[in-house]
Amino acid sequence: MSVNEYLNLFLEEAREHLQILNDELLKLEQNPADKGAVDEIFRAAHTLKGMSATMGYEKIAELTHKMENILDELRESKIVFSENLSELLFKCVDALETMVENVATENSEKFNISGILNDLKNFNQKDIGITQNHEMGVNNKLELNDYDHNLIKVAQERNFNIYEIKVEIAPECVMKSVRAFMVFNSLEKLGEVVKSVPPVQDIEDEKFEKDFIVVLITDKTQNEIAKVLNQISEVEVKEIGSLGLINGSTPQETNSVQEISSFSKTEDAKKGINNKISQTVRVDISKLDKLMNLVGELVINKTRLEQIFRTNDLSALNETAEQIDRISADLQTVVMDVRMVPIEQVFNRFPRMVRDLAKELGKEINLIMEGKETELDRTVIDEIADPLVHLIRNSIDHGIESLEERRKKGKPAQGTLRLSAKQEGNSIIILVEDDGQGINLEKVKSKALEKGIITTNQLEQMDENSIVDLIFSPGFSTASQITDISGRGVGLDVVRSKIQSLKGNVAVESKEGQGSKFTIKLPLTLAIIQALMVKVGPEIYAIPLANINETTSINLNDIKKVQDQEVMVLRNHVLPLVRLAKVLEVPNMDNYESEELFVVVVRKNNKFIGLIVNELIGQQEIVISSLGKFLNGVPGIAGAAILGDGTVSLILDIGTLF
Amino acid sequence: MGERQIIAFRLGQEEYAINIHDVKEIIRPTAVTRVPRTQEYIKGVLNLRGVVVPVLNLHKRLGKSEENISSQSRFIILNKGDIIIGITVDNVTEVIRLREEDIEVPEFTDEVDGEFIEGVGKYQDRLLLLLDIEKTLGMEKVK
Repeated sequence: MSVNEYLNLFLEEAREHLQILNDELLKLEQNPADKGAVDEIFRAAHTLKGMSATMGYEKIAELTHKMENILDELRESKIVFSENLSELLFKCVDALETMVENVATENSEKFNISGILNDLKNFNQKDIGITQNHEMGVNNKLELNDYDHNLIKVAQERNFNIYEIKVEIAPECVMKSVRAFMVFNSLEKLGEVVKSVPPVQDIEDEKFEKDFIVVLITDKTQNEIAKVLNQISEVEVKEIGSLGLINGSTPQETNSVQEISSFSKTEDAKKGINNKISQTVRVDISKLDKLMNLVGELVINKTRLEQIFRTNDLSALNETAEQIDRISADLQTVVMDVRMVPIEQVFNRFPRMVRDLAKELGKEINLIMEGKETELDRTVIDEIADPLVHLIRNSIDHGIESLEERRKKGKPAQGTLRLSAKQEGNSIIILVEDDGQGINLEKVKSKALEKGIITTNQLEQMDENSIVDLIFSPGFSTASQITDISGRGVGLDVVRSKIQSLKGNVAVESKEGQGSKFTIKLPLTLAIIQALMVKVGPEIYAIPLANINETTSINLNDIKKVQDQEVMVLRNHVLPLVRLAKVLEVPNMDNYESEELFVVVVRKNNKFIGLIVNELIGQQEIVISSLGKFLNGVPGIAGAAILGDGTVSLILDIGTLF
Repeated sequence: MGERQIIAFRLGQEEYAINIHDVKEIIRPTAVTRVPRTQEYIKGVLNLRGVVVPVLNLHKRLGKSEENISSQSRFIILNKGDIIIGITVDNVTEVIRLREEDIEVPEFTDEVDGEFIEGVGKYQDRLLLLLDIEKTLGMEKVK
């Protein structure tokens, strides 16, 4: 592994631990008596400290270390969880987040932590007083509790050896905790470490003088253990003694049965933890992309084989084609599966964000999240966060009213924000709903007129839905008060264009006084899509099926002109037409003039437009390839697809085509 | 003084050369799909074993006459930085070890393709125009 790979691993894990810190702090804030949360926070901070110290990020290590001190006091109930403390801890987490992100972008923490360290120090003195008196591993006397006794008893019955091992670490050793860690590591390979004095945590923190005691359950002999341990440099085994029979513990039949079950229970509990850890599988996205390319090629070859079959009629070949068809379908499913990531990754950050925003605006908000387990393609996950943040901010800022206003309206003081995700066929639906004031139609109308987005004439012909939809127009922002939270000229149009770039769409429903609901619809994956292949002159293009409303044929004579715009009448509606050959600057179109043409009706921003093409080839599953860095961003072209005969066909991007 | 390995190719009347490190492979011309709304010298994209690769019409880029397609025509696939791109050439001649002291940087005054040449190499009795790939590919590629 190169340093870079370590760095990536560090960043990924650091972000995970930061997420845990945030989550658990929120939990603790809800329920200050939650000891489990304190433990989780402590653990996350501790791991983060270790990781960053290993990687040489001293500031992160120092800050987490100081955090740990406070958390330790909290854990031992020497201090109580207060609002001040929660603010302070959140501040620490924010600082850590900034540092980790700085590491990601600039490979250095670049952050001044002196201020926050001071805060931590002051807090320590103010709230804890002088109870800070760490006993440094003086009490090296083995004391076993009931649980330990039970374990040992059961182990004895199973003919395991139980040893009490006293290990001494050379006084000149610089990194005692590392040596200790190696001792534990080796011992755990030999058997099960039941207890240590001082506790493992303290040993890891180097809170011991030079020796410590470990109790080990194993089937190995004393000599074997001593041999293994003495191989570790700067470590010496002082004593190994059999813990033997514990006084006054004559085993009883009934008891031991019970205890065996308790023994296996602890093992189960351990397994449970392991299972939980192995649930998250990290896969390098570039490896997945390679796999995806392979699948792409397989799909191409499949089509090739089908063509050979059509021309030569070899039944054996057909069989092969069927096989490949099956394999590629399976492979596709599996690979897609690996690429899928639960939307939880995005949702996780919202509780903290909503809390902060609500505090800042003096509102009370209950955030309900549903369908966190819904899975989305990794590429979509990375892109969907920003639009969601925007919508949530929007709802909290403009949607949900102030406490006072809500009281006046007879609504519960606490506003509700519901964020949900679910799968529907080949799409993912994400809803952002609030029970706020909804969208004021009159305000939208006057704003749209004022900003020159539409004319009075147009407005008269619009139904309610289309009017509400105007809030997605570029340059539209109804907040009369510009706040930090949302509305700074960049409006919902950004949300819509982002989602459209993901081949999805966003719509809004609103009931005045009752709230609004934003619906985001996204395709499950971006890698393989259904497309309609069309011929424009000599060239073949792919139009994503998601954009297409219908297709129809047209006679050249049926094309009418209204104010220089070609139109046709389709079921009593006027449909504007666009000649693809013209838009795509197809050369030598003169050779392809014909009486009969085809029209592909596509949807763009809730408007229908007919694209004139020469021929409809048919519907096909295509693998989207990028045009590469060199040709990135050609307007109207979403990418390329390799067809069955090996030629490349371009995929049209309706959003930017005209 | 060191030497560099170059691949020499013909383009119209002239002989050009590029550093062998920038060359991924050399292929016979295959079907190229035109990409609308790009510069005129973008020939299009091709399928290189499942990867879509853009092709630059070097004749047009260097202001030469139309490429003259023959059985000798080749696409040289370049790999420069993280960009993979093909260029059209009339004929790939040979791989040459060129000594650094045989490279001169002349001053081009009114030559059309002067800005894309980083030097002229003298090899036996031939003059090889060393193409500056980064400048040739340019950054202002999309209209």
